[in-house]
Amino acid sequence: MKVCFTAKGATLESLSEERFGRAPFFIIIDLDSGASEAVQNPYVEGAGGVGPKAAQILISHDVTALVSGQVGGNAREALMAAGIEMFTFRGSSVNDALEQFKKNALQRSE
Amino acid sequence: MKIAVASGKGGTGKSMVAANLAYTLSLAEPVTLVDCDVEEPNLHLFFPGPAESTDVTIPVPVFDTAACDLCGKCGEFCQFGAITVLRDRVLFFPELCHSCGGCLLVCPKGAITESPVRIGTVSVSIPLPSLILVTGLLDTGSPLAVPVIGAAKARAATHPLVFYDSSPGTACPVIETLDGSDFCVLVTESTPFGLHDLELAADVVAGMGIPAGVVINRSDGEDEATLDFCAEHDLEVMMTVPFDREFAAIQNQGCLLCREHPEWQERFRALYSGCRHLAGVSP
Ligand code: SF4
Ligand code: SF4
Repeated sequence: MKVCFTAKGATLESLSEERFGRAPFFIIIDLDSGASEAVQNPYVEGAGGVGPKAAQILISHDVTALVSGQVGGNAREALMAAGIEMFTFRGSSVNDALEQFKKNALQRSE
Repeated sequence: MKIAVASGKGGTGKSMVAANLAYTLSLAEPVTLVDCDVEEPNLHLFFPGPAESTDVTIPVPVFDTAACDLCGKCGEFCQFGAITVLRDRVLFFPELCHSCGGCLLVCPKGAITESPVRIGTVSVSIPLPSLILVTGLLDTGSPLAVPVIGAAKARAATHPLVFYDSSPGTACPVIETLDGSDFCVLVTESTPFGLHDLELAADVVAGMGIPAGVVINRSDGEDEATLDFCAEHDLEVMMTVPFDREFAAIQNQGCLLCREHPEWQERFRALYSGCRHLAGVSP
């Protein structure tokens, strides 16, 4: 499965970002192969509708779970419709978030 | 002639000025008053009467699921994020759509058509023999004030003398209201906040190339800062209305200063002459 983490930078050491739609980077990790990819968010400065646009990025990358701080209403609706599960993480680095995700320690957000 | 009444912020008495101008002038000639503060129109409180209302609609896309092959082009195109293309269907967010019609054009399958949805209403009433009141009202929850303002203004497009009561602030709705105006009356109060907001509004009006003048409302007699600002920016102070409890009470009861105190009609007529003069319209 592919999990997306919202991050302030492009690496696993980067701080995680609380906001989904305006996260500078989406770090997408394929848990089966271990491969990771950093996708820069082109909508960081967008005026509106950044949530669904960001959701579209995740859908295009076949992501099945999202780990982020807060996900707005429209983005949430799009992600749910796409069957992408959401988990809440407010903490330090993407690595941390990944560890906790693997340990099943993150709260699922409905 | 089209005259907009605007202010940098709410509560300066902008509607008071618009209503009294329209009332006074309508005693001598036909006047149309357009309430462009579509999120909170209030001029009907001064001018009650039966109104005829029509819907304002905007076109939004409708997706033909049979024709759509989920290529994603519409979602990519929509800069407002109103479309998310899922693996099995298209998700549409009507409240994000700006009705630009672009997705229709880019869809290679012709799977998108448009259908109208209501975003507000425009009501027209004739509360006084020579006064037509046009009120734009935005439906709650709709973010699209601009098309409703446009529709309200369109109802008065051919009328000879029109006053637009703008929404407060300097955002898109105010620009839409000011667009096409021959003159703008900026209403302010003699407080530091009032001055700051006046500066913003004066900037916008100047940027749009619309001649303007200032009305100081609820003046406490200490208007130096405002007067200095106006002098520096070549803005004429066209009228000063003193702070007065009785005036405030008249206003709160939905009454008109110029009806309760007809001696004020002369001053509002002079204000109008001033508008014509500054706008370069022959008297
Ligand atoms: S009409 Fe314009 S704003 Fe509305 S969904 Fe289509 S592309 Fe987006
Ligand atoms: S552009 Fe047309 S065919 Fe492509 S996803 Fe949108 S509606 Fe479907």
